[in-house]
Amino acid sequence: MNLIAPQVSSSTATLVASISVRGLTVTYPNGFTAVQDASFELGPATICALVGVNGSGKTTIFRAIMGFVRPAAGTVRLCGLSVAEALKRNAVAYVPQSEDIDWNFPVLVEDVVMMGRYGHMNFLRMPSADDRRKVDEALERVGMTAYRRRQIGELSGGQKKRVFLARALAQEGRIILLDEPFTGVDVKTEAAIIALLRELRAAGHLMLISTHNLGSVPDFCDQVVLINRTILAAGPTEQVFTRANLEQTFGGVLRHYSLGGRDLHDDQDPRRLTVLTDDERPLVLYGDEREERTRPKPPAEIQS
Amino acid sequence: MISELLVSFSYDYMLKAMWVSTLVGAVCAFLSAYLMLKGWSLMGDALAHSIVPGVAGAYILGVPFAAGAFFAGVLAALSMALIKYRSRLREDAVIGLVFTSLFALGLLMASLWPTAVNIQTIALGNILAIADEDAYQVVLIAAISLAVLTLKWKDLMLAFFDEHHARSVGLNPAALKVLFFTLLSACTVAALQTVGACLVIAMVVTPGATAYLLTDRFGRLVILSVAIGAGTCFAGAYISYFLDGATGGVIVTLQSLLFLAAFYFAPKHGRLASRRRRLTAVEARP
Repeated sequence: MNLIAPQVSSSTATLVASISVRGLTVTYPNGFTAVQDASFELGPATICALVGVNGSGKTTIFRAIMGFVRPAAGTVRLCGLSVAEALKRNAVAYVPQSEDIDWNFPVLVEDVVMMGRYGHMNFLRMPSADDRRKVDEALERVGMTAYRRRQIGELSGGQKKRVFLARALAQEGRIILLDEPFTGVDVKTEAAIIALLRELRAAGHLMLISTHNLGSVPDFCDQVVLINRTILAAGPTEQVFTRANLEQTFGGVLRHYSLGGRDLHDDQDPRRLTVLTDDERPLVLYGDEREERTRPKPPAEIQS
Repeated sequence: MISELLVSFSYDYMLKAMWVSTLVGAVCAFLSAYLMLKGWSLMGDALAHSIVPGVAGAYILGVPFAAGAFFAGVLAALSMALIKYRSRLREDAVIGLVFTSLFALGLLMASLWPTAVNIQTIALGNILAIADEDAYQVVLIAAISLAVLTLKWKDLMLAFFDEHHARSVGLNPAALKVLFFTLLSACTVAALQTVGACLVIAMVVTPGATAYLLTDRFGRLVILSVAIGAGTCFAGAYISYFLDGATGGVIVTLQSLLFLAAFYFAPKHGRLASRRRRLTAVEARP
């Protein structure tokens, strides 16, 4: 009866994480082309930020990777497989944006994490001992074991995020998509999430993170994809995440402060302090290099 | 005294009415667990009213009522989609417009061919006088729907809770939604015979809404909801024999009373429980 399930999970473990997007164009039925000729390649053991303004096509890229939209042109390959085949083999886990979840839905924390195992179960979705053990492990790993019997609406913003991370862990997807994982999350949880993502990277997972939290990108992302209707730049963070590229990506949408000379300090230091922010987390550049970065502060404080 | 209470069980038509109602109540309650969570409750109402001309037409032409209802249901869904696509109207306006138009058409057909169609039967249902072939159709629809739901309830829950994740475990959320609305339409047709077009909405909303106040787990919500739906329908049909009243009215009144009870006395989400919590919180404050 359980012949299929173990086979599926073992084949998932043998997959090598990769995302290959080539010449992707997505046009919605109303005629709007959200993404035009987008291409980028990502390999295993990677944390990659997908950065762009709202409406730049981040969501569309995610939807194409999940197979919700059919490309008008181009291809998406996951772990060397077609999207449909990769999804069938549980290669992709998805951590949703908090606004996309109905927090009044009658499910407990452990029920949500168990949903991560559905793809490994038979068609009646009866959990096996192995499924239960993986749910326990996932809850333990994100520190939510004590809250497993809570209804999901009774959690704080950070705890809510951890539940869905635990679901992705339980699913054992080689590729993990995270949609704005730091929105509404406290600094402590942000650090915990980043630590977990690093562990997953060490285990060979590929994480693609849609974010406009510019400040923390250089902290933990080794790759960056900049998008505005098409891919503007993609590659290692140090090469791609530069002021010139960001200004091009955000095209004047960002607040931009540049302080130097006597505005900044009373000495001859010629470097300037640059703050780029979309009013959430600022990116602070000192001189040409990123040498120092403030911890999150409201933009007003930084202006003064 | 006892024999008087059991008398309704000695009539075949009463037995038939009680068991058919119970089955219909159970499957409608199963669907209500999903419907009220997604804020689609009024879709059920719209569907129930829209199929009236189909049922009337089927009686006039002498074809199975389920076929007519299905045809009208598809027509309603298509015209709603078309008007929404082709105009700037909001969804609620489109739904309201389409279902009242079709309901009016049904009333018109019934008054033009009064011998073939009894509009009161369609609007209020008449399970006590249901014809054998109609009862057969109802049981068939309800039994198949119940079987499909029992097999697929977790997949449907996943698709309704988080369609991205549903997709990532290899499900097809769009196909599951189509499946759900097909079942909903079929069960609306079945419920039409039991409680009538006006009260179908209660059957596909109230049991789920009541159960929602009683539990935080979807599996239990489904079980409670089905128990409430089946229990009230059985009891309603039984009581209506003694009251000599409309079965639909009795069933829905029972469901509403249970909802009120849950609203006040539910252990966690009831009014009394939240008042108690508020008081304890006030006392705890120094």
